[in-house]
Amino acid sequence: MHGITFDIAHLLAGSLVVMSFVQLYQDRLSALINVFAAHALVLALSVAWQAFVQEAPHLYITAVIALVFKAIVIPVALRRIIVRLGIHREIETVVGVGPAMLLGIGLVALSMVVMLRVTADADPLAREDLAFALSVVLLGLLMMVTRRNAVSQVIGFMSLENGLVLAATGAKGMPLVVEISVAFSVLIAFIVIGIFLFRIRERFDTVDMQAMDRFRGEKR
Amino acid sequence: MTMDALSGVLLIPALSACLLAALPGYRLTARLNVLAAFLTFATAVSLFVVEPKSGPYLLVDDLNKVFIVLTTFVSFTTSAFSASYIGHEIEIGRLKPGYVRFYHAMYQVLMFAMNLALVANNIGLMWVAIEIATLTTVLMVGIYRTHEALEAAWKYFILGSVGIALALFGTILIYMAARPVIGEGLNAMVWTVLVTHAAAFDPALLNVAFVFLLLGYGTKVGLAPLHAWLPDAHAEGPTPISAVLSGLLLNVALYALLRFKMLLALNPVALAPGPLMVAMGLISCVFAAFMLYRRRDIKRMFAYSSIEHMGIIVFAFGMGGPLANFAGLLHMTMHSLTKSAIFFAVGHIAQVKGTQKIADMGGLTVTHPVLGWGLVLGVVAIAGLPPLGIFMSEFLVVSSTFSRQPWLVIILVFGILIALGGLFMQLNKVAFGEPVGPTGPVEASYVPMFAHLAIVFMAGIYLPPALVTGFQNVAKLLG
Repeated sequence: MHGITFDIAHLLAGSLVVMSFVQLYQDRLSALINVFAAHALVLALSVAWQAFVQEAPHLYITAVIALVFKAIVIPVALRRIIVRLGIHREIETVVGVGPAMLLGIGLVALSMVVMLRVTADADPLAREDLAFALSVVLLGLLMMVTRRNAVSQVIGFMSLENGLVLAATGAKGMPLVVEISVAFSVLIAFIVIGIFLFRIRERFDTVDMQAMDRFRGEKR
Repeated sequence: MTMDALSGVLLIPALSACLLAALPGYRLTARLNVLAAFLTFATAVSLFVVEPKSGPYLLVDDLNKVFIVLTTFVSFTTSAFSASYIGHEIEIGRLKPGYVRFYHAMYQVLMFAMNLALVANNIGLMWVAIEIATLTTVLMVGIYRTHEALEAAWKYFILGSVGIALALFGTILIYMAARPVIGEGLNAMVWTVLVTHAAAFDPALLNVAFVFLLLGYGTKVGLAPLHAWLPDAHAEGPTPISAVLSGLLLNVALYALLRFKMLLALNPVALAPGPLMVAMGLISCVFAAFMLYRRRDIKRMFAYSSIEHMGIIVFAFGMGGPLANFAGLLHMTMHSLTKSAIFFAVGHIAQVKGTQKIADMGGLTVTHPVLGWGLVLGVVAIAGLPPLGIFMSEFLVVSSTFSRQPWLVIILVFGILIALGGLFMQLNKVAFGEPVGPTGPVEASYVPMFAHLAIVFMAGIYLPPALVTGFQNVAKLLG
């Protein structure tokens, strides 16, 4: 587990963090969906590489799910939704790009400090993977809290989940990884169908969560 | 796998869900739903008679037996309440007949998921089960398709998913901690194996894992400040689901948390999970107590009361030790029974009045004496007045803490008293005074409500020795 195999794994996991950063400053929904597709593609490559390195063929299933479902099906579905809802040109910024990036850097630093310190005895690949995965998870959370639009929140959640898959595949020999990634895909499919079927726009005239807040049960 | 009681508590709900999804009509399916819930309960009780063998995926021990029996019992009584409640909802056209089939199938899927989470011997399987339970309740909360219901479902969905995601990260970290000791593969995720090797795990990893698990499953328990989904989900969904959420699903998430707490407690170097739980419990209790005062929606108010009580329960388990754990278990049981009884009453009251707003109800003890006094009794119980069961368990929590951390008792009692004031202030508006709103007759099933209240009343006066010994064993197990 040294030399080139380690470097490639490291590169792919690092790219995932970079893609999370790229997501943070996208202010147009269609661009955000493109970046998410790239995010999922990097994840698929990373998982496939882990499957190869760990000689764990079942991980290829997870890689294929990431590729087909998250890099192709979901982005296509989301694009159709935003076109149908007429929000594909909308620009949204809640927290400015500068503060969001600074917060993001802070979160990555935090996850490095936490994970590298506590996993001192683990093998180096798993260690780095966990640190990167936690960064991706935290960046996904950051995206969910800084965005108001339901579609961007879902993308934030999906990138968070990509971080979890990275962590699960990095944990060598972890059972049920495939099952868990399937369970997550079901969850995401539900969310996307939910946006579409519930036709949040139709009910609330907007997919802006700030507008939805007006309907809270207490304020009548 | 041979048919034993263990697979029974999973198979009965799973098969009934398929059956109910296929059958049309409301009367038949509602009855089948009750029957299936009863069979599951009977099977769960039989776990006490013949204990099935635990395998790598499923497990039965003293701890989860208590949870399973409580879960299946409240599911059974709630299904009986649900039959009359849903009948009325169809009559007034609030629930479309097409959704009834879906509702009953989902009810059984939820039972299946909760039972699976309780009997899972594998931390990954448990996580998947809790995810299924979350998804089904999200669908049920949004079943009325009003914009409030959809917003509540969406909020619950997003916050619940984040909680679940954090819990998964914690689960992965537990596996990472276990792998060097137990070796790769399935065994490093099996409770029974994890417990025997926990002392040798890397403590730093365990600590970080527990923080994630506490935040993740804590969201599902409804601990402040992660509770934001809970009041909306309780208020906007059908009342039987509010009863199941408060009475059972919060417990299931708590059960997951307790299992991980046991794991950490076995490692001498890892951080003590107690103080974290004590802090979150106290914050939830005091915060929710204050929130009771200004609620305008009766179901939201009782949702906050659930947060308060989950706070007390988590506090008790956080304190640990045989007595506090015993008190926590008793309080959890009493809270489940009382809170679901209250929701049974509230459900029928809201149907009579055609609203959930507290201002539009009033004088219930005059217009609907049985419902009104039932609610009064329920609130008296939940507020913790003697001689009812919750008084007993709260008294035990307070007295067991008093000798160890007197300062914490002051905060806890402060929270309980604030909540008592809030509950009675609101109860006064609803139950007494001038009658407000429609006073038509009510078609209610009182049996589930009074059955629960009778048990709570009994428990306040006399606890059967068998129950006490059982709870004591579990309390010892929890450490």
